[in-house]
Amino acid sequence: MSLDEVYRQVVMDHYQNPRHHGHLEHPTLSVGLHNPSCGDELHLDVLLDEDGTVRDAAFEGQGCSISMAAASMFIDRVRGKKLEEARRVVESFKDLLRRKEADRSLLGDLEALEGISQFPARVKCATLVMNAFEQAIDRIEAEGGDHK
Amino acid sequence: MNPAALRSEFPLLGRPENGKRLCYVDSAATAQKPQVVLDAVRRYYVEDNANVYRGVYALAARATQDYEDARAEVAALVHADPEEIIFTRGTTESLNLLARGYGDLVLGPGTNVVTSPAEHHSNLLPWQQAALRRGAELRFVALDEDGQVTKEAVRAVVDQGTRVVALAHVSNVLGTVTDIRSVADIAHAAGAVLVVDGAQSVPHMPVDVHDLDIDFLAFSGHKMCGPTGIGALYGRARLLAQMPPVYYGGEMIEEVTLTSATFKEAPWRFEGGTPNIAGAVGMGAAARFLRDIGLDEIHRRDVELANMAADGLRRIDGVTVYGPKGQRQSAVVTFNVDGVHAHDLATALDAHGVCVRAGHHCCQPLMRRLAVASTARASFYLYNDAEDVHQLLDAVAAAKEFFHRVAG
Repeated sequence: MSLDEVYRQVVMDHYQNPRHHGHLEHPTLSVGLHNPSCGDELHLDVLLDEDGTVRDAAFEGQGCSISMAAASMFIDRVRGKKLEEARRVVESFKDLLRRKEADRSLLGDLEALEGISQFPARVKCATLVMNAFEQAIDRIEAEGGDHK
Repeated sequence: MNPAALRSEFPLLGRPENGKRLCYVDSAATAQKPQVVLDAVRRYYVEDNANVYRGVYALAARATQDYEDARAEVAALVHADPEEIIFTRGTTESLNLLARGYGDLVLGPGTNVVTSPAEHHSNLLPWQQAALRRGAELRFVALDEDGQVTKEAVRAVVDQGTRVVALAHVSNVLGTVTDIRSVADIAHAAGAVLVVDGAQSVPHMPVDVHDLDIDFLAFSGHKMCGPTGIGALYGRARLLAQMPPVYYGGEMIEEVTLTSATFKEAPWRFEGGTPNIAGAVGMGAAARFLRDIGLDEIHRRDVELANMAADGLRRIDGVTVYGPKGQRQSAVVTFNVDGVHAHDLATALDAHGVCVRAGHHCCQPLMRRLAVASTARASFYLYNDAEDVHQLLDAVAAAKEFFHRVAG
């Protein structure tokens, strides 16, 4: 295993200079997630358009470089995308970490986290933000809003 | 005790990790197993396996004898009588059994349980929930600035309403050691019992339940070189006799009718169902192994390595070591590297063959008090040596350099 493959410069850059950090003023939904096994905390705000487009998102939290960098990269990737596309980003990223065929064109900077697949214990760090996002949209859809 | 010879008794330690010599310094989480323990478990299954107590044939009698011999070995480790040792799945089950069996018996409105904010969740939650169940008060001993539980602080919260004082002997986070004998005197003067979480002490130092005047002592097999899934609860005979069973089922009964039952004496009344016989045999072999080496010698070695590590870590710029500022008293050293999250650090150390724990160590209230989300923890044991300390220190220094480099 190689540390350089995991802690790439782009990963550390997102960790130290997170994009979309903070809170949204009027989120459609907010989700707080806590990873009890490591103590990582993540708060995610999502703002959806009427037509089900992710107009904006923001995060705040406390955790390792992987969980925080992944949050920054993920929001970068899904802003302006339809929910369905955003879900495909999540699926592709999870495929990448499972070393399965993944649609890399969807991933952007997230692709730099590929090395995490060598560290099974850290996969949950990389996917924390996506679990929060999936919880948020599941809840929105369960509420049966117009956000399709 | 020859360090190299001792290390070679542990087959797993001879296997490289990530192409490097394995530096296993996470024994506070679980200890590695020596050949004698592996052999004892295997021998039991190959030669003596049968259910205990019920068979009339010779094989079953041997299985029962093995199980009871193991109980005697575990009892001898803490200087108890065999009848005072209940086999459980581990410290967590021991403390839960106790909070149900004894806590529910003595707690109620107007009474209180005293514990500390530095407890492992397994010695906090059973008492927290027992207090809630019974309408009793849960009180906390104030820690001093080193995170230590002092006898003065215990005296300040114990009163005539106190029924149980439940404290760890050695903190799994800070490595602090509590003066158990003094705490026992304070508890007993108030008419309370002292419950000791011995998960981090029994494997590492001499623990004599009579010298320390302990009423209940919980500990785990797997942290003392025994198998997982086996542990023990020591209880003073007089107190065990007052406790009703907690688990009802086979082999803990005397006579059963459809509407009533009478139960065996302690400790068997607390061991309903077929026990973990092979686990007990392994734990008994581990207890013998530790006593053959000598608990004083193990403790001396632990403390020497922990001090060497703490001193070395402090000399690395940007490393914070938590816990006592002076000499370490136990095998545990908890630390952080500035600007590097403990999980990132642990991943980097892993690449150097070094296994440390990173996280909140099942101790969230204490971590909040230290104002850190997570820390790295190195913990030593009898199979560690100076080479492990050097490997740890070199890996920490290299990890620090690595993260400073990639962070540009």
